[in-house]
Amino acid sequence: MEIPYTAKPRPDTGLYNAKLGIWLFLASEVMLFGGLFSSYILLRVGADLWPHGMLSIPIGTFNTFVLIASSVTVVMAWASLKLGNPGKFKAYMAATILCALGFLSVKSYEYYVKFTHYDVWFKDDATAEKYFKAAYGEKGTEETRKQFVERFHLHNTKATYDPAQIQLAGHIEGNPLCTNLKKLVGAKQETIKFTPDAPLGSHEHPHAIEVKLSDVQRLSSYVPAHSTFFAIYFTITALHGLHVLGGAIVLAYFLLTVDKWWKKAPEQFTNRIEVGGLFWHFVDLVWIFLFPIIYLL
Amino acid sequence: MSLKAFHVLFVTASVLLAAWFSWYELSRYTDTKAAMDLWLGVGSGVTGAGLVAYGIYFLKKLKNISYL
Repeated sequence: MEIPYTAKPRPDTGLYNAKLGIWLFLASEVMLFGGLFSSYILLRVGADLWPHGMLSIPIGTFNTFVLIASSVTVVMAWASLKLGNPGKFKAYMAATILCALGFLSVKSYEYYVKFTHYDVWFKDDATAEKYFKAAYGEKGTEETRKQFVERFHLHNTKATYDPAQIQLAGHIEGNPLCTNLKKLVGAKQETIKFTPDAPLGSHEHPHAIEVKLSDVQRLSSYVPAHSTFFAIYFTITALHGLHVLGGAIVLAYFLLTVDKWWKKAPEQFTNRIEVGGLFWHFVDLVWIFLFPIIYLL
Repeated sequence: MSLKAFHVLFVTASVLLAAWFSWYELSRYTDTKAAMDLWLGVGSGVTGAGLVAYGIYFLKKLKNISYL
């Protein structure tokens, strides 16, 4: 049995079936991402402290540029088929998939950097100040406080500047992925070598210091459990990344089967590319909103 | 809505983002004097202008394709 209206539009809707289907699907996607964006806004306005500048703007900008470029190439791939040129379609579609892979690679790198970057909170004020001085010298407490104020300066409504609440940020020797205090203590480790972040306005990291785990109250890499900010950041960007991956797989399938489809049903295939392109544009449009909200504001 | 119409919407959103981001980075540059902020601000402005030119080219190229 032949499926009706895969190439020609239905007389009652004026659309071929797949186009109606993709728009219904995208409507559900709008609700999914809309819910997450609303959650982000509510969490942020309800938070006492909300960090700023935790993500790399140049990297986010590069990824935004890559996704915009991929939207141009996917629409050009569709236009090539409309103009009867499957050869150009292949080139444009391959470029789109390369952009998708580039985006995912950069995103993976960003995740890796976060998973190996740590915050350490100490048990009490005196202990915290001892480590701040070990990290940054005599003015260590002042320097760490400056970093704290810089991180939260935009949304610092109830900051107490209590040293025990101020974290020391940096890297653990060996760059372990996503470890925490419980795991380190469980591995019978008593100390860690910790390289604090460079002081504000400098790119030079201080020397590594030895931190006794018995002095540590909490130790966390920048994983979802670190804070509300990272929880919502990873939730939204990982879901978006899965959409990019899913879209890339479907577009790669179209690229690999173009010769067969172009011979068998060129009009239907062109419509399938349009539907794939609509999904791809939606995913890119989500990023156009995500980038300023999460990276910049 | 066809891919053509959605693409026009997307390019418009991208141009607005590029213009705003350019302003954002150049404003930051006046405070920080960091070369990266200047490059991002200028680069974003140029990208926005490029997208406007591309949008016009795109509309001309696909003028025979429906918006539905």
